[in-house]
Amino acid sequence: AWASYMTNSPTLIVMIGLPARGKTYVSKKLTRYLNWIGVPTKVFNLGVYRREAVKSYKSYDFFRHDNKEAMEIRKQCALVALEDVKAYLLEECGQIAVRLLWNEYGFVSGYLDCLKHASSPFSQVFFVESVCDDPEVIAANILEVKVSSPDYPERNRENVMDDFLKRIECYKVTYQPLDPDAYDKDLSFIKVINVGQRFLVNRVQDYIQSKIVYYLMNIHVQPRTIYLCRHGESEYNLVGKIGGDSGLSPRGKQFAQALKKFIEEQEIVDLKVWTSQLKRTIQTAESLGVTYEQWKILNEIDAGVCEEMTYAEIEAKYPDEFALRDQEKYLYRYPGGESYQDLVQRLEPVIMELERQGNVLVISHQAVMRCLLAYFLDKNADELPYLRCPLHTILKLTPVAYGCKVETITLNVEAVNTHRDKPSLNSDNLPTSQTPVRMRRNSFTPRASADTVKRPRHYSLGSKPLDPLGPFLALE
Amino acid sequence: SPARELTQNPLQKTWEPYDNGLPAGHSAQRGVCMTNCPTLIVMVGLPARGKTYISKKLTRYLNWIGVPTKEFNVGQYRRDLVKKYKSFEFFLPDNEEGLKIRKQCALAALNDVRQYLSEENGHVAVFDATNTTRERRETIYKFGEENGYKTFFVESVCVDPEVIAANIVQVKLGSPDYVDCSNDEATEDFMKRIECYKNSYETLDETLDKDLSYIKIMDVGRSYLVNRVMDHIQSRIVYYLMNIHVTPRSIYLCRHGESELNLKGRIGGDPGLSIRGKEFAKSLAQFINEQNIKDLKVWTSQMKRTIQTAEALGVPYEQWKVLNEIDAGVCEEMTYEEIQENYPLEFALRDQDKYRYRYPKGESYEDLVQRLEPVIMELERQENVLVICHQAVMRCLLAYFLDKPAEQLPYLKCPLHTVLKLTPVAYG
Repeated sequence: AWASYMTNSPTLIVMIGLPARGKTYVSKKLTRYLNWIGVPTKVFNLGVYRREAVKSYKSYDFFRHDNKEAMEIRKQCALVALEDVKAYLLEECGQIAVRLLWNEYGFVSGYLDCLKHASSPFSQVFFVESVCDDPEVIAANILEVKVSSPDYPERNRENVMDDFLKRIECYKVTYQPLDPDAYDKDLSFIKVINVGQRFLVNRVQDYIQSKIVYYLMNIHVQPRTIYLCRHGESEYNLVGKIGGDSGLSPRGKQFAQALKKFIEEQEIVDLKVWTSQLKRTIQTAESLGVTYEQWKILNEIDAGVCEEMTYAEIEAKYPDEFALRDQEKYLYRYPGGESYQDLVQRLEPVIMELERQGNVLVISHQAVMRCLLAYFLDKNADELPYLRCPLHTILKLTPVAYGCKVETITLNVEAVNTHRDKPSLNSDNLPTSQTPVRMRRNSFTPRASADTVKRPRHYSLGSKPLDPLGPFLALE
Repeated sequence: SPARELTQNPLQKTWEPYDNGLPAGHSAQRGVCMTNCPTLIVMVGLPARGKTYISKKLTRYLNWIGVPTKEFNVGQYRRDLVKKYKSFEFFLPDNEEGLKIRKQCALAALNDVRQYLSEENGHVAVFDATNTTRERRETIYKFGEENGYKTFFVESVCVDPEVIAANIVQVKLGSPDYVDCSNDEATEDFMKRIECYKNSYETLDETLDKDLSYIKIMDVGRSYLVNRVMDHIQSRIVYYLMNIHVTPRSIYLCRHGESELNLKGRIGGDPGLSIRGKEFAKSLAQFINEQNIKDLKVWTSQMKRTIQTAEALGVPYEQWKVLNEIDAGVCEEMTYEEIQENYPLEFALRDQDKYRYRYPKGESYEDLVQRLEPVIMELERQENVLVICHQAVMRCLLAYFLDKPAEQLPYLKCPLHTVLKLTPVAYG
């Protein structure tokens, strides 16, 4: 599990900036990333609170700084949101709350005081300010996300653009950017300038802030496409064996050829191709006839003692393991192997590099692809191990507005189905040694010397199978 | 055309395409960090701002993660040329002779940079000099462009007189330049040396230098200004620089207590401690108590033997899976004799290139380094830490701190029941 050095006390991230500076985009993306790496995070969008308070938005007049009635409403909304933030951090064990703040600077210091007086559950406050003076970028932002906002249900584009630009002008009157040299020199923050061209980072306090800064410095908004697929069907797939390092079956080789044709038809500019270091992905890439990079960390999940067995064999030989895995597939770690949770940690550098890159095709494996997909589609730990990633199918991901559009492309090459749904458990399936598997995120409890028996491996390379070493005890 | 055949490299167990028995192109191994064209890192800053400290540390880190890096200290070139340092007057802005020699040294260093990056397969060169004028930086930037290098500037800005005084005490007083001087004489001379640069100092500017790639470090890491990060390696460098600090602290490295499998001469596995191992754990607890360490963090792997060792300390500890011992794959829980008997070829290959050798279905030291990088990064962020780990893991961590190259790393001595206490001092 991610160690507790990550976050000891909850963190409040406060987004700052004029409208159409990408605050919501960054909040959502950052939240998605943090949740994926295992840090419970939630966004509290003041715009949503405001929309609930003021049922129907009339015009930019609401945002004029001299509109006292409106200011009251906005302040109220902020306080309500703050209460929800506290509830999330204290009661729901959230770790990070991301607050979208209007740019009222007086407001910032106002509620920072609030935070100090109210027994605030967070000692770490980190500001993320987005500053942009490029009119093209701003116009593009407005078109992409504001035109379809609930505030503008029926207006035409020009009216929306016009009203929104006037809204921005309202804010500009009182906007005070973070000032690292004087007023705000003791705050912890990152100022993102012109969509990542430049950054100013001040007083990073801890690990999680350092990771956030690193992440924000690696993301970009250039249009691009990510293609995810598995290796072609392998010899082991055909016989239902998991893991191992087998080569492609004849149908798998067919798929590789079809993939080559597909890639050529897509006419992708500067496509990078990544594979794992297992033969089956490399063989698939070889057919493309282009340069590719091998990443060891893209290797399939290590099934430990269960490597190269079929599910039937595993169920017969390790019935308790088999049942446990179905109970809690995300956390379950194969004896001597890995869990999906381990996989996510292993894959983090891949995600970071994918964020930096442009067009990429990643040829990987079922569990690996599920982890990557969960990141892009914001799927939680319960859904992740059951995402559908069939053989001979390509998922084409295109960033759009606040999320990711996904297109499924089935190249017409038959393959076996390797997907196992979560079985509905009845009392018959529960293992005899029953210890509920708990999520131990960020917990700091010293562990008792649990007798995690490491089973010896079975390899096809001639080592003798050893006898099971006694009754299985609970995992972490 | 049919896809090429694959062959497995016997040492590293990686699959490579081949044509007529020879390795073919089109396939690159993703090391920890791919660099496409060489990178020239240029330090910027007044004397005693930590430029050499940063250069050496950054070089050490990049080499450890597998990016061939070398630093070029222009001051050293000057010392080699001008055998005896007389006084700060050498650095006066109107000292024609001095200026000539200093320019000569810079050019000589750049020439060596070119040789390292273009002829000797270096990936990154760190050019360590004051580089305080825009004109000098432009010269270097042009040099980079002509040779196809990407240039990245690292500026250290500091106005805190206490920090500067501390730097002078730590690294300047012991410099070869001041071998015959008293501490007071040396300090006085050095302060005057700094003054020589101040008038012509042009700090990296948000407007004038907006097209350059750089990081400006302010007040030893209180804040950073980062401009136009161009690629992966620059992003990694920025991340590293933002995580290091200079607060005094100590790092303690040790292995778990002797285990049951250690007693039998078997490698790997997940055994518990032997009787002597448990005794060591108790002694370790006593030692730690005596050391009276402030806010000590204790880290272990997720293997029983390190956890049992930590348990004896009676303090909270954190388990890291990435601190687990190197995975010996099919050789897990075997003795070396058994390995030699059952896998004689593997046994021989391992001795040939112990750093790159990967156990079948296991790992290599090279894999281990990649796996341990987040530990190093977090160790840099932290202060006092005790890491209870394993032999191969400890060798990797030690190699990072002591700047040992890949050839030496797998042979570093890390015996059981021995604690290594590491304290940063000067440049090491």
